[in-house]
Amino acid sequence: MQRLQGIAVSPGVAIGEALVVDNEGFRIPRRFLPRDAVDEELGRLDRALAAAAAEVQRNRDRVQTQLGDEYAAIFTAHLQMLNDRRLREEIVDLIRNRHYSPEYAVSRSLRRYAKAFQEIEGEYMSERANDIFDIEKRILRNLLGQRREELSQVTSPVLVLARNLTPSETANLNPQFVLGLATEVGGPGSHTAIVAEGLGIPAVVGIGGFLTDVSGGDTVIVDGDQGMVILSPDEETLARYRHEVEEQRSLATKLERLRELPAETTDGQRIQLLGNIEFPAEVHQCLDRGADGIGLYRTEFLYLGRDDDPSEDAHHAAYAEVAETMADHPVVIRTLDLGADKLRTLPDPEDERNPFLGLRSIRLALKNRDMFRTQLRAILRASAHGNIRLMFPLIGTLMELRQAKMVLADAMEDLEEAGIAFDRDMKVGMMVEVPAAVVMMDMFVHEVDFFSIGTNDLIQYCLAVDRSNKDVASLYTAADPAVLRLIQMAINSANKAGVPISMCGQMCGSPMYTMLLLGLGLRSMSVTPSAVPEIKRVCRTVAIDQCQRVAEHALKLDNARDIKTYLKEELTKVFPEFPV
Amino acid sequence: METPVVERIVTVVGEHGLHLRPAERFSRLAMSFESEIEVVCDGVCVDAKSIINVLTLGAAPGAELRLKASGADANEAVDALVRLVQSDFDHQQITSRGAAADGSP
Repeated sequence: MQRLQGIAVSPGVAIGEALVVDNEGFRIPRRFLPRDAVDEELGRLDRALAAAAAEVQRNRDRVQTQLGDEYAAIFTAHLQMLNDRRLREEIVDLIRNRHYSPEYAVSRSLRRYAKAFQEIEGEYMSERANDIFDIEKRILRNLLGQRREELSQVTSPVLVLARNLTPSETANLNPQFVLGLATEVGGPGSHTAIVAEGLGIPAVVGIGGFLTDVSGGDTVIVDGDQGMVILSPDEETLARYRHEVEEQRSLATKLERLRELPAETTDGQRIQLLGNIEFPAEVHQCLDRGADGIGLYRTEFLYLGRDDDPSEDAHHAAYAEVAETMADHPVVIRTLDLGADKLRTLPDPEDERNPFLGLRSIRLALKNRDMFRTQLRAILRASAHGNIRLMFPLIGTLMELRQAKMVLADAMEDLEEAGIAFDRDMKVGMMVEVPAAVVMMDMFVHEVDFFSIGTNDLIQYCLAVDRSNKDVASLYTAADPAVLRLIQMAINSANKAGVPISMCGQMCGSPMYTMLLLGLGLRSMSVTPSAVPEIKRVCRTVAIDQCQRVAEHALKLDNARDIKTYLKEELTKVFPEFPV
Repeated sequence: METPVVERIVTVVGEHGLHLRPAERFSRLAMSFESEIEVVCDGVCVDAKSIINVLTLGAAPGAELRLKASGADANEAVDALVRLVQSDFDHQQITSRGAAADGSP
């Protein structure tokens, strides 16, 4: 048994078989082979080596024609490595005598060489490690070939263990079979964390290196409450955790009874409780939990993991499906909110030393108008099918907002001319997540129909902390007094002007902050579907004046730790049994 | 008949040493001979036909390589390899036999 401590990012406990995903998003199958499979596996190795060599040969020929011998030489060298008989002998030895799987044997041998090269002095030599990694990937790709098991193809319940899940990998997760997630890197607010919360599955991130200690198929426990991962648990630990899983189920049943009841405070203030979704299928999770609508429909999944831009029809199909399922309930669609580095169709940005301060989100959209227009047209067309609202992310200046609205106006005009149906009165709003926008709220109120506070980015930009960097992640907290003041400013400005304001960041999905936010005057919240029942329960137990007292007191405190402690105490007074 | 064993020492010239492309030419040329060929640098001995092992030598400019071949064409092999190293791996086509080894598994 081995206990590993990480950062808890999505609550709950999961017990199951490990599925280990390497850097390239492959599933590395079991490390060891049954004795009688050796010959067959050796055949597989040779076929993979031959196929890899054929690929390199093709690359070399192409490069030679296009760029000349100088550039082709590197592929000639790769080819020579793939034909290296000593290398093959070593790999074969590991398979035959240690019963390693070919995948594992290839990784082991090549990584040993990579390490040796890294230790040689001089840039020319140490860079060879990258050539080795390249070859490793190529052989692995061929070894896994048809059997390459992408996350989307998992067909039995598993816990996914990975170095880090990229957005496209998480986009491919099949929520039906993924019971839990654990990653070596990442912090609270990383993509893995958001997706895990969205799917309502336990997750632990920032564990540090551990994948070498676990093989596919091992029994693993992911404890998303304590931020712990337990490899090969003993019987006693297993029994204890099985009991906990049972308890979770009964609590979930209790919360489900709230489904038909409105989110209303004890003094009769109705709170709008919406769900955040990433994929169309999650709409059902929102409806099942009694959400009033979709407060944030992230559209990034349409762009990820593909080599071309999604067509207008692909966008439209995804939006219309959600709009129709939600009928009259509002659906807020957020336009593309990605960095240029995540889109394969765009050239790699040249000066992106600080991606979070760089060409991302609305900035990227405004620089790639055709791509942006395609999405806007699709959203407009979908507005004919339901109660669609459109939201621009990362707006920092009024000029940005106006430019975005101008592109939208163009798209409307085009549709109008073409006689295509859409909702002419579709509400248009913006995310409030750049501190500059908070400061300028009194001007923004005249130009949008609604606001939604995105706490994840707002906190990151306010506190200058990268939430996915585990070395500084602890500085990232919604409870920082400066963050609370920004939120207060935003809510006050919007309420004063009578423009609806909601919040769709992770902050409002945590029951600890519910009273504070209601006390600050927020009347609409959009949370991850799994958090809807809990937040509703808090709303239905508190009164507004009580919340106002909590907010008032919290704002007098001067540091995040005291604020957190205070908010936890207040929540415990209302809900002695809440695990905070 | 006794198997001929041939040994020669050659110094690496040029700017970058036995890096990727030189190592590729070196091992490819070695593969075109039947003889077993070893190359020793700084006390480390590797198979001259294995590019990956030749690279681990990290032979810098000025390093001495001891080439040792045993087999029917040992003489030819050592001659060709010494010529290649002395030429600073400069020529695209060292021998036609070197190119012929390309692509064979």
